[in-house]
Amino acid sequence: MKIVERILKNKTLYGIIIVVIMWYVLHISIESSVIPSPYNTVKRFAHLIPEVLSVHLLASLGRIMIAIAISIIIGVPLGLWIGMNKKADSIISPVIYILYPLPKIAFLPVFMILLGIGNSAKVTLIVTIIIFQMLIGVRDGVKEIPKELFYSVISMGVSRAGMYKHLIMPAILPRLFSALRLSLGISISTLFFAENFATTYGIGYYIMNAWIMVDYLDMFAGILGLSLLGLLLLRFLDFLERKLCPWVFLT
Amino acid sequence: MIQVRNLNYAYSSDVALSNINLDIKQNTTCAIIGPSGCGKTTLLYLLAGFIDYNEGEIYIKNEKVKGSRRETGVILQDYGLLPWKTVWNNIALGLKVRGTAKEQINKEVDEILRELDIQDLKNKYPAQLSGGQKQRVTIARTLVIKPDLLLLDEFTSALDAMTKENIQNLILSIYKKRPVTIVFVTHSIEEAVFLGQKIVIMEKARIKKIIDNPYFGDGEIRSRIDYYNICLEVRRWLEEGKTYENR
Repeated sequence: MKIVERILKNKTLYGIIIVVIMWYVLHISIESSVIPSPYNTVKRFAHLIPEVLSVHLLASLGRIMIAIAISIIIGVPLGLWIGMNKKADSIISPVIYILYPLPKIAFLPVFMILLGIGNSAKVTLIVTIIIFQMLIGVRDGVKEIPKELFYSVISMGVSRAGMYKHLIMPAILPRLFSALRLSLGISISTLFFAENFATTYGIGYYIMNAWIMVDYLDMFAGILGLSLLGLLLLRFLDFLERKLCPWVFLT
Repeated sequence: MIQVRNLNYAYSSDVALSNINLDIKQNTTCAIIGPSGCGKTTLLYLLAGFIDYNEGEIYIKNEKVKGSRRETGVILQDYGLLPWKTVWNNIALGLKVRGTAKEQINKEVDEILRELDIQDLKNKYPAQLSGGQKQRVTIARTLVIKPDLLLLDEFTSALDAMTKENIQNLILSIYKKRPVTIVFVTHSIEEAVFLGQKIVIMEKARIKKIIDNPYFGDGEIRSRIDYYNICLEVRRWLEEGKTYENR
């Protein structure tokens, strides 16, 4: 019973066990090579990771990181600006609301024609999708700051620059982390699509290539790699948030 | 210390203050009391320099108020503390932005923590404090910058009755220890009489009556009958029109 309790306490382990059980049940009940057994997949994964999968995963990770960095660099200041400035908000927000729900994925061919078939088109595609998460998250974060907090900080004699340091940035930080978590999931699925075109590197390419070659064990090893990468990145974000926003986690 | 002359203020078309004239002497206390929406908080925000005015004049120490003054300390009803800073950092903020040397900050923050008996809270975040503790920290944060004018906006309205009296006593003892001009907005008659040397009664954007309170400064006043007489007088002015008969 103690082991069960311990497993339940460790949420990651608990999640993994449940998913593996479901996977195993599917594998047994379907009896087809389309769903290989978890054991064989892990074995193949261990075999592929050092030389093959790691290269593809790193290529994808690089694209995701660059796209997220660009989105933060553009999205956060822009979000701050429209959050703080009513006029900017009334000029920019209507445009955002038109652009935000557009299916940007459909524009990949356009990006590829304009930016070439290399990494720029793929990264640009991700940026055009996730930048809205940052922008809207930051804007709403700024708008949610109670007026009294502004008054209180002004009365302490804090300068305009200090206002960003002591009030606005800390206030939007938790929002930014939520936006990052969402963006991460979206980037991975977008990248998966984008890596089907004009590349021979990237985990999306690897998975689809294995599918075309009818090597389901390779395909599943790739999916496992991608899932682990996502999990790792999410855990890393949680860790960073705990470090940078300790006040959010008070009980 | 404070002179308000012919002050008018309106939020778009709603008149919040109309022809306000008020003098508050240095190192005295002044209570502003009135029903909700009478403009009392607006008046306080104008004194604090949070909002700009264009009709009338406000002078503090013979200088026209434009924006917030460095020597004015403000205590708001709630939300005053930054949730992402510990008690210690919240208190140190005012000194930090004034460019005070690190050692001096350490010394002064520790001193004020001791004075208000909140040393053991210094590493906590505001979310971990009770209402009374939060208000003590806010007071500490305001006092540490050594203000010559303290503005308080319904600073006890979120507290329970006992904590309320404790904080009122604390303000009185601070005032006695280091005299400072205090202007506070309240909707509690008892608070106005306990802490206000001058009690300004407001109604619908204007000052209706100013009462001088001869009993101010007596920490034991709550157990005296004179206190209740003044409370009654304030109540009468607030509820003018109704009649109270002395039988």
